[in-house]
Parts: sequence; structure tokens; C-alpha cells
Amino acid sequence: MRYVDEFRDAATARALSTRIAALCEPGRRYKFMEVCGGHTHTIYKHGLEDYLPETISLVHGPGCPVCVIPMGRVDDAIAIAEQPDVIMTSFGDMMRVPGGRGSFFDSKAAGADIRMVYSPLDALKIARKNPDKRVVFMAIGMETTAPSTAMTVLRAASEELENFSIFCNHVMIIPAIKAILDSPDLRLDGFIGPGHVSTVIGCRPYEYVARDYGKPLVCSGFEPLDILESVYRLMVQVAEGRCEVENQYARVVPWAGNPKALQVIGEVMELRPHFEWRGLGFISHSALRVRARYSAFDAERIFDVPGVRVADPKACQCGEVLKGVLKPWECKVFGTACTPETPIGTCMVSSEGACAAYYNFGRFSRDRVREATRS
Amino acid sequence: MCLGIPGEVVELMAGHEDLAMVSVEGVQRAVNIGLLRDEGVTDLRPGDWVLIHVGFALSKIDEAEAKASLDWLTGVGDAYTDELRALAASDIT
Ligand code: SF4
Repeated sequence: MRYVDEFRDAATARALSTRIAALCEPGRRYKFMEVCGGHTHTIYKHGLEDYLPETISLVHGPGCPVCVIPMGRVDDAIAIAEQPDVIMTSFGDMMRVPGGRGSFFDSKAAGADIRMVYSPLDALKIARKNPDKRVVFMAIGMETTAPSTAMTVLRAASEELENFSIFCNHVMIIPAIKAILDSPDLRLDGFIGPGHVSTVIGCRPYEYVARDYGKPLVCSGFEPLDILESVYRLMVQVAEGRCEVENQYARVVPWAGNPKALQVIGEVMELRPHFEWRGLGFISHSALRVRARYSAFDAERIFDVPGVRVADPKACQCGEVLKGVLKPWECKVFGTACTPETPIGTCMVSSEGACAAYYNFGRFSRDRVREATRS
Repeated sequence: MCLGIPGEVVELMAGHEDLAMVSVEGVQRAVNIGLLRDEGVTDLRPGDWVLIHVGFALSKIDEAEAKASLDWLTGVGDAYTDELRALAASDIT
């Protein structure tokens, strides 16, 4: 088994793998969801499922913020970008996400001024330098990114910048996990909780998963051993009939999160009554918008936004992939009509998306495993 | 944008209360440390490691964790290279 040498501590991985297998009840199948796209990436890259007994499967969750942006919001952002004197700024990840009328890249090629930035603070700087333009930041991301956007709005407010606003698309992981728990499609035995989101929100917000739904959740780091250890901890809980929230990633994630980050989010943003997630539909209280007191920085109030709901393309099965019902390669257009160069769905766009991760690494690692087990 | 990149604090920038100069894989960039300040106070010191997310230090980590995340990121490939390029082009001062 050569493939285990891919990462350090292969012996520890094998030992964990044996301990996990020993916890399996004969005849029982287990399904755990890894909520975060970063985990999906590690799982495919290192072929971690091959360390687990066949009766344990890992399914992906909705924790890739680029993947869950619905088509209509992309169209709205493009409509803003095409208005006179607007400079739209966006993270690079967002540029190829298809809307109903193309992507940011298409709109930029057609003449709109759309610029890639690393940080919302770069967008703020563009606004300072271009007082005669209206600079809009396409704010996307989960709880990890929302505090940065909020800090940027506070900064713009303290500088009394009049030509900066954000188009707020921040979504929250807790309501999405709840929507998945409430959906009849999937029977899960527990969750591998997201790492970076939890540095902001901490572990407490997950307690309802254990308390109300009787599922264990382990916040996990991103390395192969972290994920295997998290699966082990989940299996121990299941075997002992416990369901609790555990923090495997305590070296980075404080139990209470980052209070300052939570405070600035609360200062600048409030819950939307509902928000559409690509593939998952409308989820109530699952996203943030700018509070009225900062309306001067809210692109949705400054610009005319069409706000039209656009149905996903027929061929696209991202919803099933985001809910963990389908594996990427089970989607009919995977790797044929839908590739990272010509994405039909969003899961193929971001490197955190399950389809892109599997496209880039999955087949590779599977081939290697096959080869390794043959020799 | 989802990647958390580790960097080592080089100095707290005088005159910019929310900024620190941070070294990321040998490149020095200004990073906002406002989320690690409570009531205007930060315990960040040169030599400390932080996890940087879209221009903001989100958490303080130890050196071993920084090395481990760098390893992980290197394995991510293009997405990390793109992120580093974007970070190098970023100027938030
Ligand atoms: S292959 Fe493309 S369309 Fe199918 S689920 Fe993945 S991203 Fe969506």
C-alpha cells in the first residue's frame, strides 16, 4: 500500500484506520457529512475513504460559499456592475461562477469594469483612489469572511467614504446544517464540523445538532490525520451511544469562537428572513444583510437590483452534490460537459467545490490506490 | 478566498493601529489585526503566527500549527498559488 506514504505519519493513519474498523458493528452502515469544502479537498486528495471500512462513507456538505450562490444573485451582481460609473470588485473565486446570463468574466469581457481583489480592504482602497466611481464589493463567504466585510464597512463609515458599498451575500452554516438535518433525503450518523468557520463562531452553535437531532459533531482540522481522528471520535460516540460536540481542532478553534468577530458582524449585519442557496432552495434566517444604519454602504439599497429567481440549468445536479445525496462523478455532466474550464454548476468552479476537488484529485488518487493494491 | 494562510508578525505598524506587517512565505504584507484586538488592545507581538483570511488576521496560532497549515496549503496546489499571488498584489495600507 504505497499510497499511505503520501502524507507523514502513515503509521498513525493506519493505526487509526484499524481502531475505526474495530468500532464498526457488523451489518451496520455509517454515513458522516464533512460540511466544509476544505475537508472534501483533503479527503479526495489523500484518498481518505480508502482508509475507512466500506461500511463508512463520507458525504459532502454545503460548506463552499461559492458553490451555494444562486444564479439570480450572480445576475443581480452583474446588473450592478453594468450600471454607469461602477467598478465591481470580487474575489477571484467568484469570477467564473455562472449566472443565468453568464459570469463576471463574461461581463468583464463585454466591457464592465470588474476587478479581482484579495481583500475587501483592497476594494476600499480602489474606492478611495476613484472618487468619481461607485465601487461595489461582491461580498461572499460564510462566517469566516463576514467579519472582514463588516470591518471594511466600519472603516468606510469612519472615513465617511461616499462611493463604497457592498453587495452582501454572506451565508451561515448553522441554518444550512439544520436544513440538511430536516431534509428526508439523507440519513446521517454525524458531522465533521468545519474548521475555519468555527474559529469565528466557536463550537457552541453546533450544540443543537447533538441535543435536538441526536447527532454527534466533531470540529476538525484539515490535515488527513485530523480528519481520520475526527471520524474515529465520531465512531466512538456512536459506539457509546453518546452525541456531543467535540473540538478536535482546539489548537486553532476556541470553544467560544472570536468574540470580536461576532461583535462586528452583529454591529453591521442582520439576518435576512430567507435566502436562496443554490441547489438547496430557500432557507430561512440563513444569510446576512446590511443593517439599516449602514444603508449608505448597502448596494442593494443604492442600486436597482432585478432580484429575479433563476432556475438552475436542467443538467446541473449541484443540489444533490451539496446535500451529499450524489457523489460528484454520479452527476451526468461531470467531466464531460461540466469541467473546471467550462463549469455548468458551481461545485466545479471553486477549488473547494466537491466536483472540482474530485476532478482534480479523485480519479488520480483512485487510480493510484488501484495500482498500489495490485502491486 | 476560503483558505487561511499562516504568516509571522514582523512588526505592529506605527501610526496604523489596526495593521501589522506580516511575513507570508517570505513576502511582507500589511494585514489587518482588528479582529484580534479587544477594546483596542492586542497581545500580538513580533514573532507570533496568525492565520490570515482575506487580509485579516483571524486567529493566533503556534508555530507548529503554522508549519502544518503551510504543508496542507502547498498540497492544495493552484488555489494556494492563486491566493498567494492575490495576496502579493494586495495593498491595504
Ligand atoms: S458536475 Fe457540474 S453540474 Fe454536475 S454537480 Fe458537479 S458542478 Fe454541478
